Amino acid sequence: MGQKISRRKFIENGSKGLIAAAVIPSFLSSDITKAFAATKGETMKLNDYYDHFGINEKMIQEVFTEALSRGGDYCDLFFEHNIANYIGLEDKEVNRAYSNVSFGVGIRVLKGDQTGYSFTEEITPNAMKLAAQTAANIANGSKKIGPVELKLRETPNYYPINTPWEEISINQKIPYLQQINEKVFAEDKRVIKANIWFSNETSYSLVITSEGVVAYDYRPMGQISVSVNAEQDGKREQNYFDLSGRRGIEFFTPENIDRLAKEPVRRTIALFEAVKPEAGEMEVVLAAGSSGILLHEAIGHGMEADFNRKNISIFADKINKPVAESFVSIVDDGTNPNIRGSINVDDEANSTEKTFLVENGILRSYLHDRISAQHYKVNPTGSGRRQSFRHVPQPRMRNTYMLPGPHKKDEIIASVKKGIYAEMFTNGQVFIGAGDFTFYVKSGFLIEDGKLTKPIKDVNIIGNGPQVLKDIVMVGDDLAMAEGGWTCGKNGQGVPVSMGLPTVKVSKITVGGVQS
Amino acid sequence: MNNNNRTELAEWAMDYALKCGADESVASVYNSRDIEIEYRDKKLDKLQESTQNSLNLQIYVSHRYSSHSTSDLRKEELKKFIEEAVASTKYLTEDTFRSLPDPKYYPAKTDIDLKLNDSSYKTIDSAERVKIASEIEKEAMAVSDQIISTTSGYYDSYYENVRVHSNGFKGESNGTVFSAGAEVTVKDKDGGRPEDWFYATTRFKNEIPSPEILGREAAKRALRKIGQKKIESGKYTMLVENRASGRMLSVFSGAMTARAIQQKSSFLDGMLDKKIASEKLTVIDDPFIEKGMGSKLFDGEGLAAKKRVIIDKGVLKYYFVDNYYGKKLGWEPTTGSPSNLVFEYGTKSLDELVKDIKKGILVNGFIGGNSNSTTGDFSFGIVGLLIENGTIIKPVNEMNISGNAKEVWNQFVEMGNDPYMYSSWRVPSMLFEDIQFSGI
Repeated sequence: MGQKISRRKFIENGSKGLIAAAVIPSFLSSDITKAFAATKGETMKLNDYYDHFGINEKMIQEVFTEALSRGGDYCDLFFEHNIANYIGLEDKEVNRAYSNVSFGVGIRVLKGDQTGYSFTEEITPNAMKLAAQTAANIANGSKKIGPVELKLRETPNYYPINTPWEEISINQKIPYLQQINEKVFAEDKRVIKANIWFSNETSYSLVITSEGVVAYDYRPMGQISVSVNAEQDGKREQNYFDLSGRRGIEFFTPENIDRLAKEPVRRTIALFEAVKPEAGEMEVVLAAGSSGILLHEAIGHGMEADFNRKNISIFADKINKPVAESFVSIVDDGTNPNIRGSINVDDEANSTEKTFLVENGILRSYLHDRISAQHYKVNPTGSGRRQSFRHVPQPRMRNTYMLPGPHKKDEIIASVKKGIYAEMFTNGQVFIGAGDFTFYVKSGFLIEDGKLTKPIKDVNIIGNGPQVLKDIVMVGDDLAMAEGGWTCGKNGQGVPVSMGLPTVKVSKITVGGVQS
Repeated sequence: MNNNNRTELAEWAMDYALKCGADESVASVYNSRDIEIEYRDKKLDKLQESTQNSLNLQIYVSHRYSSHSTSDLRKEELKKFIEEAVASTKYLTEDTFRSLPDPKYYPAKTDIDLKLNDSSYKTIDSAERVKIASEIEKEAMAVSDQIISTTSGYYDSYYENVRVHSNGFKGESNGTVFSAGAEVTVKDKDGGRPEDWFYATTRFKNEIPSPEILGREAAKRALRKIGQKKIESGKYTMLVENRASGRMLSVFSGAMTARAIQQKSSFLDGMLDKKIASEKLTVIDDPFIEKGMGSKLFDGEGLAAKKRVIIDKGVLKYYFVDNYYGKKLGWEPTTGSPSNLVFEYGTKSLDELVKDIKKGILVNGFIGGNSNSTTGDFSFGIVGLLIENGTIIKPVNEMNISGNAKEVWNQFVEMGNDPYMYSSWRVPSMLFEDIQFSGI
């Protein structure tokens, strides 16, 4: 439901447990979290974080001593408390609630490029020391370290919200779903079912490194997803719409509630008239907004520096070379206010930034975590992210988008004789080395003689990353960010991301479809 | 935590929820020990080793339902967690279909040994794990100097799970999982770096193939992709290799759940006992296979596992009906999700199937794509090999297949004899006629 996972690759059989593994959003009820911490949200200071996790500086020093006792170069501790709440409406009633609480610390030891990792869900001196001993085993010597001087890294707040989610109780959220449900059914008589989910998540994290850097982050997330089924002349169709971001409940304004009712209905009803485009290569116009999935798959993953350090990315030898027309600039940015992929600081305590992947057509910078930044001897880009304390950090995207270009949306569409206009997407995937990438077009339109004509549905688009970058021939001036709840998957870890694109024309790409 | 502690904790949590005002509750306690090794450039790249625990709780308060999970097992925190969970459940709308399964669906016996637990797990030490991964890397790298990168891996896990239901069910399960293999990247002439993988996943360590087989197979698969290109769009015979063909079945699986039927989002609504595929397709859900990846005595709701024919010579015999949607539809529950899927297998190997193809594409893997359970429409990206007159000619990639499940399964003509053993879906290679490919 509104959760989209773009998988880099299937390490295991892709079919394994598909029914059981259907993405179940882990949201919940809410009052639960009042149990924790007297101080909440963005007002929390370092001492509050220490209290929250029940730790002190002496314990930290002891863990470092243990973790580096076998000769590791570096250690970091990632404390995390994540609270997720979810309520769902089905058959006109809010009749389900889920919650998930995740609490623990991950301990990482590095020796050069090598990683030792362990975690514990019990934040006690003994449990942490045991985990530290395990992680220490990546090295096999012995070493004694002195105390580390700890210093807080101050960070900006890119996602201020009015009220922490922990202070919003379940009965405050229920009316939003009921209201949307009524509007959905009032919108069109053909609607037969509506499924609506309200999810919110709060994460408190604290990173402490053996180099003495300390940073904490408070990350809120809110999302409403609406899925609609409609029936016409015995035919059924389904589509959805969702809004998500690092937001508080104030994001769900009357205007947004209205869109959450109207937009999924419009998208569903349009499918009754939808056709499949012709199979094969054609011109494709990508609508402004979530079409940024093109960048995520075609270039973003390939620019994650771990793939380049391992020599397995198709972009591994292209830095500072021209890869696209001069009006193409692509960034990956952690600083966009309240956008889903933004982070105040990354999960290795590095400040986040706006990183140019492509600047005026020239390939510029990879996305680095600590290991790759040291490997390439460059500054980290604040891209070291992890799913939770149970996972090692990796270079990851944040919000990936293309800067506005010189063309107008209307002139772009008018320039296409025969092609498609892709508007809404569900998922994508890429092979990092070969460069093959796909994204699935849930709905859009045919373009015939410069005009949008019939709606289309359910077609996969497949291309080659470097080739498609070259084939971007027009870029609009109308950059828009995706509004939905995108989650990116890599090596079994999911992290929230966003993406954006102005209206863009690709001169040639393979569209799944039917033979004329 | 040992099994007694787990049972004690689960029973305490279940009872505490009742004490806080729930009418019915379920508690389960899960823990696992997982060890994962990645190896490259002749050294360890990553060593991860951890134990994880979680408590899951389902609560019914006057036909209001919620479910909760936490990894914070401190008793005082759990108390607050359960109190708040019950309190917030009371705000939900009453839903008369919300109640625990009728105890008659619980298993009578829960002590049958399905051989899911390899006792040799306890004797494996870290040096042995690292050795396996290092040998796989060595074997892969030795295959060709066109290989530019190999990451090999080894993983094992031991898990235990206890669940208790307030209306009388108690079940325990445990098991081991082993996995090993490699991902290999090779250099192509045009700058591309094709990659492929070979991993085996099993219940018993001695069923993992040798490092030689794992490493060489991964390398061979990557090497044969050199020179891959898309070819002309058109209708081709499609042979899907066993490890990929589950993806074709996935178009059915989303539509076969009681939820999809009740929510009117299934193209298989009303198709029970009707033909939905060619008669060559027989699919069986068999939970009792010894050492099976999906074997179990009871499902995630405590319902007794049963062997069932899902599709019998193309006729749909059964939906996946869980407790709640079963009640909503007025149907008997079956199970919410399959255990092991097995098939009525054919007589030919993959190589023999290739020999019979005049012009077609052998699909070795899918990339991206999706399907629509309401209408049956699907479209997937593919990588594979072009076959002409029974011989593999060249690698192909960057192509899509598209169609509708209602039609494509009638174009299914032959099952291979080669079930994929490293998954709970033991799918063989599958042959389809006239599949729409889009390329150039």
